[in-house]
Amino acid sequence: MNFIISPAPHIKEKYTVPMVMYIVIAALLPATIAGIVFFGLQALALIILCVAAAVGTEFVCNKIMKKEQTITDGSAALTGLLLALCLTPSMPPFAAFFGAVFAVAIGKQIFGGLGFNIFNPALIGRAFLAATFPVQMTNWVAPFVYRGVEAVSSATPLALMKFQHQSTPYSKLFFGGVSGSIGETSALLLLIPGILLALRGVINWRIPASYLGTTAILGGLFWVIKPAIYPDPVFHLLAGGLMLGAFFMATDLVTSPLTNKGMLIFGVGAGILVVIIRLFSGLPGGVMYSILFMNAFVPLINKYTRPRILGAKK
Amino acid sequence: MKTFKQGIHPKYNKSRTEDRNIVEAVLPKKVIIPLHQHTGATCEPLVKVGDEVVEGQKIGDTSKFISAPVHTPISGKVTKIEKLPHPCGVNILSVVIEGDGEKRDVISDTPRLRSGQARDVDVSPEEIRKIVREAGIVGLGGAAFPTHVKLTPPKDKEIDTILINGCECEPFITADHRIMLERAEDLIQGAKLIAKATGAKNIVIGIENNKLNAIERLKTELRNKPVGNITITVLETKYPQGGEKMMIKAVLGREVPTRGLPLDVGVVVCNVGTAVAVTEAVRNSIPLIKRVVTVTGSGIKEPQNLMVRIGTTFQEIIDQCGGLNEVAAKVIMGGPMMGVSQHTLDIPIVKATSCILVLSRHEVADKKLYPCIKCSKCVDHCPMFLVPTRLAAYAENGKYSEFEEWGGLDCIECGCCTFVCPAAIPLVHWIKLAKLKLRQMK
Repeated sequence: MNFIISPAPHIKEKYTVPMVMYIVIAALLPATIAGIVFFGLQALALIILCVAAAVGTEFVCNKIMKKEQTITDGSAALTGLLLALCLTPSMPPFAAFFGAVFAVAIGKQIFGGLGFNIFNPALIGRAFLAATFPVQMTNWVAPFVYRGVEAVSSATPLALMKFQHQSTPYSKLFFGGVSGSIGETSALLLLIPGILLALRGVINWRIPASYLGTTAILGGLFWVIKPAIYPDPVFHLLAGGLMLGAFFMATDLVTSPLTNKGMLIFGVGAGILVVIIRLFSGLPGGVMYSILFMNAFVPLINKYTRPRILGAKK
Repeated sequence: MKTFKQGIHPKYNKSRTEDRNIVEAVLPKKVIIPLHQHTGATCEPLVKVGDEVVEGQKIGDTSKFISAPVHTPISGKVTKIEKLPHPCGVNILSVVIEGDGEKRDVISDTPRLRSGQARDVDVSPEEIRKIVREAGIVGLGGAAFPTHVKLTPPKDKEIDTILINGCECEPFITADHRIMLERAEDLIQGAKLIAKATGAKNIVIGIENNKLNAIERLKTELRNKPVGNITITVLETKYPQGGEKMMIKAVLGREVPTRGLPLDVGVVVCNVGTAVAVTEAVRNSIPLIKRVVTVTGSGIKEPQNLMVRIGTTFQEIIDQCGGLNEVAAKVIMGGPMMGVSQHTLDIPIVKATSCILVLSRHEVADKKLYPCIKCSKCVDHCPMFLVPTRLAAYAENGKYSEFEEWGGLDCIECGCCTFVCPAAIPLVHWIKLAKLKLRQMK
């Protein structure tokens, strides 16, 4: 009889890389569906296009580099979905297509594929579009106006706040129905699945907690100083892409730190950056750059937040 | 509930054998006794081919301190002395003895270890150490570290506590559980002897809370025959609770310094089976020629806890448990977390064999390998607080100085990292290879 020979351990948890990816994709479905409800078929088309382009790019890259096909592991699909969710529904399809291609080819494959990229691929795609299609990227539309009417341009809550010091009702920010990216208009539909992911251990709670906490505290500090100009902490938390970023992008396993302490540093750093960008830069929103910026620090954070080995000197 | 930080909760799968009494295995006709069954130096054979030997006779020994002699568990004739397959995966010089299937008196070479009769246990610490060494006792939890070495701490180290390890945190194994239930008196006696040999004042028996009847049994024993300095600590059922460093941290709150030993914090840890073996040697003059082995898993027809003579082949023991069934695909010596998979059943039970585990193809189905996605699960579960993904990457790329710098040598090889890895990277295997490489380089 031939026995199986392999090194210990001989039992393993039934939890795999594709499972991680598909669980996160499932957790994004409520926000995805809400985006389609708010912005119509235009949003649905963009989502399908981005996912298809991302998966297609992964396929082609693997072919060119003669690597094993990885399109079924779910990571490219997740990148495509995340990119679509942080685009305006009025994004021209060809531009979205380039964004998805760039996200996978330059954001991920060029580093060696899954696990080796430094920056969040979806955000790399979005940053590429922000640089190449700045006008189209900020052509926001109001929700529920798609029924036979021309899309109506409408400023996002963050832009209204920044440039006109005009707030948006919290209930709208929380339950959805404001203008903005496809996936970010309802904080609730990101918050609940995000918390479930954290409870289930798929993402580490320390990143969203420290990210959101820092944004609220620092944002709140400025609000206390000058409430007429600066938004309050609740607005900070609910508006823009913060929920999407905190639960689904900053927590990207590959591009976030390895240690608990490192994750806290990462979240705090990103939170500080969001507030600074939102309040003092020329841009209304800062989630994308705050995460990309902190991504660059991850190797350094990992190096300096080594856990203390049991029995090592304190 | 006391415990250590991190670690994992695998399925325990102990129900097949936890309620089955320890049964004496059939006296084997042939035994294979490897001359290396412990941590430390290999023994020299004391017998030649053709020699007649008597059950309990010492057949291998060495003058090296860190080692333990080996004894024959049956009477008979030495038929072979050659390198033979050992369950650790390499060929080891072994003595093959063929017996007539008859039981005889246990003898040994020192005056105290003779005749198998009950003796006074009121002996000096020096004598306990001598008997333990002559009896060839090693840690029976699986690491097989010579017990007499543990009982001989350097002069400058004071031992204040003996930890008796009844955690048995490896899934499937129930040998220690049964020992605690069936040999409570001898276990406590052994603990007292170990404490006496080391001068320790306190004895703590640590047991996981999935063995409540064992906890109750030992408590009853202590109520009936009170011993002032023995306490029982109930520990959370979590792997690797029985790891020395984890257990010391959980029970006493002390941290064994990195690269150090329990005696650096005044502790000696002994497995429950080892304590019983010490009693057997001191009181009954019986050397370590038998041990309890759990034979279990979905591939075994009749799982059991057997009292097995060391040197009996896996084949013979498995046959006594009804043989393998049709799903049997992987044979492991030890538990599923740290055990060694075997390619043949023609290998002997050694002093470190706590379990023969036979798993089905379905249970050991390997996951597809992916690149590391830096999910940090290995970091979150490592009970030593290492960064396994990084250590494995250093090992894989031959960066041994970085490996050492990041604490690779502190790995206790428990396998938690590999158990949780969603990318199915053999992290602990890479780490073991790098540790081996570093040992060879030094």
